[in-house]
Amino acid sequence: MSDSYGGHGALAHHFEDLEQQREAHTLGMWAFLVTEILFFGGLFAAYVVYRSAYPEAFANASNQLDPVLGGINTAVLIGSSFTMVLAVHAAQQRRKWAIFGWLWATIVLGTAFLGVKYVEYHHKWEHHLIPGPNFLFEGQPGGSEQLFFALYFSMTGLHAFHMVIGAGILVWLSVLALKGRFDEPGRNAVEMTGLYWHFVDLVWIFLFPLLYLLGRHQ
Amino acid sequence: MSATHDAAHSDHGGAGLKLYFAVFAALLVGTWLTVWVAGRDFGVWNTPIALAIACTKAALVLLYFMHVRWSSRVVWMAAAIGFVFLVILLAFTLSDYFTRDWLEIYSAPLKSR
Repeated sequence: MSDSYGGHGALAHHFEDLEQQREAHTLGMWAFLVTEILFFGGLFAAYVVYRSAYPEAFANASNQLDPVLGGINTAVLIGSSFTMVLAVHAAQQRRKWAIFGWLWATIVLGTAFLGVKYVEYHHKWEHHLIPGPNFLFEGQPGGSEQLFFALYFSMTGLHAFHMVIGAGILVWLSVLALKGRFDEPGRNAVEMTGLYWHFVDLVWIFLFPLLYLLGRHQ
Repeated sequence: MSATHDAAHSDHGGAGLKLYFAVFAALLVGTWLTVWVAGRDFGVWNTPIALAIACTKAALVLLYFMHVRWSSRVVWMAAAIGFVFLVILLAFTLSDYFTRDWLEIYSAPLKSR
């Protein structure tokens, strides 16, 4: 890794100064996040089209999800965004152990989120709510409710996949923090990973009401 | 905001711990509000209200946790362009699906065409 910085500290040779380097890192990360917005955006578009075509089926199917587990998970994920922002804050102050601690707090909360997700998926499996030949909704096979569950599993599955990747990057960063890689100015890796982690939180902020709560008032 | 926090702004982009904690608390209140309004029936306004709360929470995450508020204009533009293209994606997709019934020829049974 030190080779990519040319062995001259944190500033890569093709940047004028640390501020320009940081700006380029931020802009590059946002270019990636724009593609992510549209990646999830395609699924949201499919959701809007099918929900408007089958509003009743979507509301009924949504009521099979547990809003308590979904709500707890939302709070857990927001909490993980908070610990992530504290890790970024610690990185800006170059406090090695604070970075390590907050990164691991974020990893623990992210893993707790995935654990709750496992419980939910398992419940759907037990109750024949996985789309396919064994799908049963209130004892009946098939039905438009399958469309809701197909979208539920693809949207939350893609979201969970992003979290697994994010948690892996956080573990890697925590090792780099202990090696003292963030002890000098101009190391932006924690901050850029923070942008990614908050984006994943952002997606869930929309997934929670759209998937868990749309038939609650009935 | 103390002088040290302001110095942190200009140096790295970001805010003091108090502000982060306030945003965190606001996001939790927003989550509770999301669940609370979902239990009530506002008719056609159910989804707009849910989305308004979600957009407010998303704005808090973008501006404060993702530091967009303290970022340069070019980062603002990059962030905004993602949502502009999302609106284009949704608008063009839905202008197709939501208008298919407007012309009788498409909604009529196949044999009568």
